[in-house]
Amino acid sequence: MADALAATISITFHGLAFAMVLYLVSVGLSVTMGLMGFVNLAHGVFAALGGYITTSLMASMGVPFAPAIVGGVVVAMAVSVPLERVLYRRFYGGDELDQVLLTVGLAFMSVAAAKFLWGPLAQPFHPPPALSGQISLGFREFPTYRSFLIASGAVLVTLLWLGLERTQFGAQIRAAVDNRRMAQSVGINTSQLFTLTFALGSGLAALGGALGAEILAIEPAYALEHLIYFVIVVSVGGLGSIRGPFFAALLIGVSDTGFKYLLPEFGAFFIYALTLVILLWRPQGLFGHA
Amino acid sequence: MTVALPRSADAAATIDAFARRHRLRAAEAVPWVVALAAYVVFPDYLALGAQILATTLFALSLDLILGYAGIVTLGHAAFFGTGAYIAGLLAAHGWGEPITGLFAAAAAAALVGFVSGAVVLRTQGLTLLMLTLVVATMLYEAANKATAITGGADGLSGMDVWTVLGFRFDLFGIVAYWYCLAALFVCWIIARLIVHSPFGRSLTGIRENERRMHAIGSPVYYRRLTIYTIAAALAGVSGALVSQTTQFVGLGVLSFDRSGAVLIMLIVGGVGRLYGAFIGVPLYMILQDRFAAVDPVYWYFWIGGLLVMVVVFAPGGAFGLGERLIRKWRRRA
Repeated sequence: MADALAATISITFHGLAFAMVLYLVSVGLSVTMGLMGFVNLAHGVFAALGGYITTSLMASMGVPFAPAIVGGVVVAMAVSVPLERVLYRRFYGGDELDQVLLTVGLAFMSVAAAKFLWGPLAQPFHPPPALSGQISLGFREFPTYRSFLIASGAVLVTLLWLGLERTQFGAQIRAAVDNRRMAQSVGINTSQLFTLTFALGSGLAALGGALGAEILAIEPAYALEHLIYFVIVVSVGGLGSIRGPFFAALLIGVSDTGFKYLLPEFGAFFIYALTLVILLWRPQGLFGHA
Repeated sequence: MTVALPRSADAAATIDAFARRHRLRAAEAVPWVVALAAYVVFPDYLALGAQILATTLFALSLDLILGYAGIVTLGHAAFFGTGAYIAGLLAAHGWGEPITGLFAAAAAAALVGFVSGAVVLRTQGLTLLMLTLVVATMLYEAANKATAITGGADGLSGMDVWTVLGFRFDLFGIVAYWYCLAALFVCWIIARLIVHSPFGRSLTGIRENERRMHAIGSPVYYRRLTIYTIAAALAGVSGALVSQTTQFVGLGVLSFDRSGAVLIMLIVGGVGRLYGAFIGVPLYMILQDRFAAVDPVYWYFWIGGLLVMVVVFAPGGAFGLGERLIRKWRRRA
């Protein structure tokens, strides 16, 4: 009985940490897909980029943890803006196949470029001393870094939520997701909004990639390897929302951790089956509009 | 009277034009002439040639669902892999007869196509795209974990493929080349018949305007499921050809890379024309053979770059580019 309880706590804890990483990376993808109707299969590239910049700033230049993460986020955002302006923009509202091909091509290029620049091995990631080791929460000990991950994830989720519900920028995004032409008609500069949102989504992905480097190792094939998780979270959560991917990430993160812990011989098989069932039941996702 | 005459001549011309659409043209012999010529000119590259022919069939099967029915899939390797594993398992467990192996692979892949298609084709857009990816990844994961049956990450070895109609598979790939060429030819005839049948025309209709096809009473879902199953069977044959001629099956046959690569080959050649596969696959695989041997890393970079260039500058692939050049040239002439 005590074993079962310990296992449940352990699964929930690690599942939550995984869910936070999944959410941070996927939320930008959800908003771009909902807002621009653009299938961006290269979204993981920004997460990988954030992770690479952060780990190499820390390892080779001795930059502390927090500024290194900021650096990763800034670089990913800076890269995303010209990419959106020059390439992605041409395909908004266009053929889905073209979008898929374009972004798969970019993802392939990123894999090769990462291998060329950083080598084939996974990047070592060492959290700062203050966040390493174990932390005691009264009844038992937990890994400090993952506790930090859960806490910072929760803070970011709240901030995003407030930002979307309470600020003018958030209201503009919501308006454009619901009805782009109407939003344009009332004077919202949707073109600028797209670029800003895209940069924000890429920055969040970079943040997720950097913070989660301990869970999803930063390696050349990152963007393709974990793509399926990001897309699952987005489609299970429902396009264009901020809340949907959060609950989807919780569901996928915790159940994936649970299945892999309890039935390791089946690997990730169950999570795919679960996704299949959910999407058959609700093709538009758990929180999507029909 | 004077009015009726040109009208009937018009009608006859229209009917003639429609009929001519489905007739075999001389240009359609080109791939086969090239394949025969390649056999004579490059006797040292027949093993690669056989792989190219088998992969051409894979791309052709993708063209049926992507180019004609307009189903965007990221998981076509699911059927290729199923065929490859079925043929491999049969040969490893005492039934190495290759031609019945092809039929078994086709049947198994068709079954997987039918069952998964019945599920995923109920959705559309991003969800459909994602579910095709999920199905293929599920099979990959299953093959990866079922090490007792598939050999897992080490791959399935110990295949013993018998002679094909009395010819033993040789080291130079002579028999493999003819075997793959014959299989591709038969499957191409099947695909051509399908595309030019009323059923094939209705698929194009579904791709162009699904709502209108619903409105004129076309059973859209069942039509799509039918072509999905047929394409799965052809992809299964292609996978079986590869595993029988290489006598090995690795996990890669079910991977995302495989689904992505075949999509790229088809796009580079030109989608929805039945001949894109015949251009894109040899082009891709010959370049890969030259460049990937030097460094597989850069290969991915260039192939990704090529894909971006095709999408941005040359929609329609090599075929589309050729057509546009010809049209420009004709206008000038």
